[in-house]
Order: sequence, then C-alpha cells, then structure tokens
Amino acid sequence: MSVATKERKLTIARAMAEAIAQEMRIDERVFVMGEDIGPLGGVFGNTRGLFDEFGAERVRDTPISETAFMGAAVGAASDGMRPIVELMFVDFFGVCFDAIYNSMAKNTYFSGGEVKVPVVLMTSTGGGYSDAGQHSQCLHATFAHLPGMKVVAPSNAYDAKGLMTAAIRDDNPVIFMFHKALQGMGWLGTERDAIVHVPEESYEIPIGKAAVVKEGTDVTIVGLTSGVHHGLKAARTLAERGVSAEVIDIRSLVPLDRETIINSVKKTGRLIVVDEDYHSYGVTGEIITSVVEQGVALKAAPKRVAYPDIPIPFARPMEQWALPNAEKIITAFELMEKN
Amino acid sequence: MKPNREQQLWMYEHMLISRYFEETIEKIYMEGKLPAFNMANGPIPGEMHLSNGQEPCAVGVCAHLTATDIVTSTHRPHHVAIAKGVDLNKMTAEIFGKATGLSGGRGGHMHIFDAKVNFSCSGIIAQGMGPAVGAALSRKLQNKEGVAIAYIGEGAANQGAFHESLNLASVWKLPVVFIIEDNAWGISVAKTASTAIERNDQRAAAYGMPGYAVENNDPIAIFEAAGEAIERARSGGGPSLIEIETYRLAGHFMGDAEGYRPKGEKDALFAKDPIPKFREHLAANFDWSNSDDEAMVKKAHEKVDAAIEFARNSEYAPVEEALEKVFV
Ligand SMILES: Cc1ncc(C[n+]2csc(CCOP(=O)(O)OP(=O)(O)O)c2C)c(N)n1
Repeated sequence: MSVATKERKLTIARAMAEAIAQEMRIDERVFVMGEDIGPLGGVFGNTRGLFDEFGAERVRDTPISETAFMGAAVGAASDGMRPIVELMFVDFFGVCFDAIYNSMAKNTYFSGGEVKVPVVLMTSTGGGYSDAGQHSQCLHATFAHLPGMKVVAPSNAYDAKGLMTAAIRDDNPVIFMFHKALQGMGWLGTERDAIVHVPEESYEIPIGKAAVVKEGTDVTIVGLTSGVHHGLKAARTLAERGVSAEVIDIRSLVPLDRETIINSVKKTGRLIVVDEDYHSYGVTGEIITSVVEQGVALKAAPKRVAYPDIPIPFARPMEQWALPNAEKIITAFELMEKN
Repeated sequence: MKPNREQQLWMYEHMLISRYFEETIEKIYMEGKLPAFNMANGPIPGEMHLSNGQEPCAVGVCAHLTATDIVTSTHRPHHVAIAKGVDLNKMTAEIFGKATGLSGGRGGHMHIFDAKVNFSCSGIIAQGMGPAVGAALSRKLQNKEGVAIAYIGEGAANQGAFHESLNLASVWKLPVVFIIEDNAWGISVAKTASTAIERNDQRAAAYGMPGYAVENNDPIAIFEAAGEAIERARSGGGPSLIEIETYRLAGHFMGDAEGYRPKGEKDALFAKDPIPKFREHLAANFDWSNSDDEAMVKKAHEKVDAAIEFARNSEYAPVEEALEKVFV
C-alpha cells in the first residue's frame, strides 16, 4: 500500500448518505423515500446529494402519508426492491406502526421464509435541545422488543457508514436509528466525538456485533448512541481517580451481542448500562438481565442510567436534569462502591 | 353572513396581536442562538413554527366561537390559540418553559393546552382530527352545547387520520368543522407534489359533507364560510370541510433557509400580506381613522409586551417537578 491514508472526517449524516449512494450505484433495486428527503436532503442531512445524483424516480419525496408509504415499502421489498425509508422522528411512528410490526417484521415468518422484506427504516432519536415530548424520544425498546426486525443505532460516523451498508445488503428489515445530537447538524449542537475518520471505499460493520470502544478492568459501562459518549466521558473522569472503566457500544440492539458484554463483566465484575430511552422495560433492563441470568459473579449490584419514566419535558432545566450524562454514570459507580 | 363592524374590528385586533406576538417571539428566539445557529440555546430553545401570514384562518373561524367550543390545532398554533382566547400570559410563559406557563413548562410551543377555553394542539401531523371528532361526539351524547374545530395544514390532508375522521364525523353527523390552512408547503414539499387533486375541499364530497374553498387568505370570506359551516354543525346538520388558501410568510420553522421556494415567491406573498390589506379594507368601509388604527396597534403591542414581560420575569419550575403530572 503506497497511498498515504488521509484523515477523512465525516459526520454521521454524511456517512449515511455516502453509504446509501454507494449501494445505489451498484444496486438498481435500492431506492429512497420519505418526507423531505429529496431536494432538501433530509431534515437531518442524511440523504443530501442523493436527489441530484439519482433523480426523482429513485429518491422520492412522499406526501405526509406514513401508513401508505410504510406499507408500500413492505410491498416493494417483498416484490424484489430494496427500499430505504425515512420517517424524520422516531416519535412519529405511531401513525404507521401496523405496517412495521405486524407486516414488515412478520411476513418472512408467515411465509415460512419465502418472502424477504429487505427494508431499511431510518429515523432520528433523542433530545437535549428542548423539542419536547413528541420530538425527543428514543423508543429503542419499542422497536427492539418486537421480533422480526433488526435494529441498529450507531454512535459515530465510521459505524454509521458500515452499519448502513450492512443494513441495505441485509435481506431482513433493519431499523436504523440515528441520534440527533450525534448527527453533525450545526443547529442541533453536535457531539464532536461522533465525527470521525470514514474510509471512502464501502465496507460493512456486521449487524449484531458490539464494539469495545475503551478497554478497562474495574467496571463495564454499556451504552448506545449518546450513551456511549457519556460513558467515554465518565471513563475519562474515573481514570483520573484510578478507576479503569471498559466502555462497550452495543451498536445493534437486535441482534444483541450479549457475549461481548458478558465477557467484559466477567472481567470487571461491575456493570452500568446507559440508555436515553425510558428507564422501565428497556434496553438497560434487558442487558442487565442477560448478564445476571448467566450467573456472572458481580462485585456490586448492576446500575442503570436511563431516562425517567416521564414524557420528555420542554423546559430546558427540566429536560437537562432528566437526561443521562457522565456525572450520573459516575454517581452510579460511586453508589456501587459504597455497597 | 358578513361580519359586522364590531366583529371585523375584533378580527383585525386579533390579527395584530398575533402578528406582533410572532414578530416578538422571532426576535427573542434568536437571542443566544448565533453566530452558529444552535436550536438548543437562548430563552426559547427547541423548534419554533411561526404563523405570520396565516392570521385570517384563525380570526375568521374563531370569531364564531366561544370558550365552550373546542379547537384542536397544529404544530403552528399561536395564531389560533390567540384567536381562541388562550391566556396569553400563560401561553407565553409556556413557550419560555416557565413555571407560570400553561403546563409549567412541560409542553412548550407545540403542546399548548388551555382547558379553560377548550384549546389544544400537537406536534404530530393530523393528530387533532380524531380528538375533534370525539369531542363533538361527547357534546352530542351529553346533549351539551358546542362545536369542535380541527385545524390542519394542507400537508396533513394526506394523512389517514384526516380521511378516517371525515368519514366518521359524517357517518355520525357530528358537530365538527375541519379547517385546512393551505399555505402551499409541507416543509419543503409543495402541495402540487404531494396532493392528487388541486383543492382539498373537493375531498368533502367523498365523505358526504359540504366543502368550501376560500381563496386569497381573505378574512371576510373565511368568516362567511366558517359561519355557515359552524351554524350547520350547531343546528345538527353535521360536519363540513373548509380549505383556506393562506400564506406562510415565515419559514417552516425558525432556521429554515427556504431554498425550496421558487425565486420571488416570498416577495409576492409579502405583497399580499393580509394585515395591511385588512387595514385598507377597514379604512375604506368603515369610519376607521389613522388614529383609531394607531390606538389599536398600540393596545395589541401592549398586550403582547406585557405577556413577554410576564414570561421573562417568571421562574423555571424546580427541576424535580418534571416527575409530576404524569398521572392525575
Ligand atoms: C406524523 C408526522 N409526520 C411527519 C411530521 C413532520 N412534519 C412536521 S410539520 C410537517 C409539514 C406539515 O405540513 P402542513 O400540514 O401543510 O402544515 P404547515 O407546516 O404547512 O403549517 C411535517 C412533515 C410530523 N410532525 N408528524
């Protein structure tokens, strides 16, 4: 290899658009539809440039008719196309959920594996900028709970591109959840650490494989999307106190890489799970249970740092108070140490 | 029926209040958000959908309503809330996220609820349709006075909830009126690109109810159409649908670069701004002098300024109160 590798830092938004464009170039069956994804390039920038390159036939702005276009995605996918569908905010899925969890997610099963439904659904998650209770949720568990769909949620641009490529090539429905604060859109404020080097050539990140983003020996911090960045910040502070934290980014909720998590907790004996989704019946409970069920020896009871079980409040002080952050992870660790 | 002088002055006054309210919110919204526009900052964080230009839709309809009547509105709710008589101080405080706000800061600008005047709104497109039908049903079942009005944008008329609600209201002959504010755009997508027919009032026929098309954002014509539809609803004649051609003089939300608009469109819309037009109409048709006008403008500004001051001077609720009011 003689070519020097130059840093090519991309936002998650650009990484997603690049992966989609590369797949559209090599696979005629891939097309994109959704609200404002055409000339505007998506409210969160993740379809930017696609309309100019591929035109209105393959990059289709839809009416605000989610029931119709989600159902249409199922039909087109079952008939051999590979639709990528965006619905701007995960909060909006209530209007079209039937097509997703009763049809898209089940048709393969109902047909004994005969019918493939290779849809990619893209949607934004998360808050932190005072967009209140219908524009700030994560709803990770809502999707992950229902069998038949894979669910991925990257924390950085490198993973975003690789997961998107894998999602498009997957013959199953994949929900691709991207967190607004990691998206690299200036107007939402941006987590700098989500903007990382992304190779130009296409590559896949296998769906169902977690990443150990920081190795450590004293406590395992497991998270996804924003939670990974909170975990990394907490790990830096803990390191100053001589505590070595391991940070795991699950990257996919379904399938969940339990093995990586369990192996880590076997080593550290302590587990904290971070999730911006609601506290109860969620990812945090699932991960803790997965570890406890295996009888992994623990030095302290596991902890979760998640969103309280309340609709997301608008007022900035209230919302900031309720959100997970690095300090809450550190507090959780301190509590574990006390016991 | 045409509005009388008193009704027209009420309509004008509330258009003035609404416009000045939006202009003031627009300024305050930008505080602390620059140089790099960041939505999370400033005294009013989050998304902001302004209603500049759409005031006629609010006043022409709400002129026929009392506090008893029900209104469900959209993510662009301020003009309708003001015309419906929502407490302006509390609404403003809500938009600032303060403890004195309608919900103590839990809801914000897309979730204005004032039960005293039966007003609510939502950030989910067409979500108010079903609840308006249900409120109308409730009034009918309880034999209580009142009609329900569901406001939506023209983009929302392609939602399932729109079509299902029209059918249900018609089958049950409920006292409800559906108002479409057609500002020609759903974010960046033009009505012509999203809607299979030119005018949504034609869809009323499919659901067995009268449909009205009101052109030119004309407050008087809106008043007349709404008057007929609301009277029909009140007297047991069932639902109606009204589509109003209106103008979105603002972006979809604050921070929208509006690159999707054809060149010159914005200027053409500003030239048709309904407020100066209505002022000319008043001067031409009534004994409405410059000093009358100035006095009304001044009063409108004072009302808004007082609400802003109330909101600014209010405190945020203690953060732990975020945990309250999930259940009653
Ligand atoms: C169910 C749902 N889908 C999509 C959106 C995103 N969205 C917010 S406003 C909007 C456009 C609405 O257009 P229209 O109904 O014409 O109202 P306007 O914004 O023009 O007032 C869209 C698509 C949403 N809030 N809810």
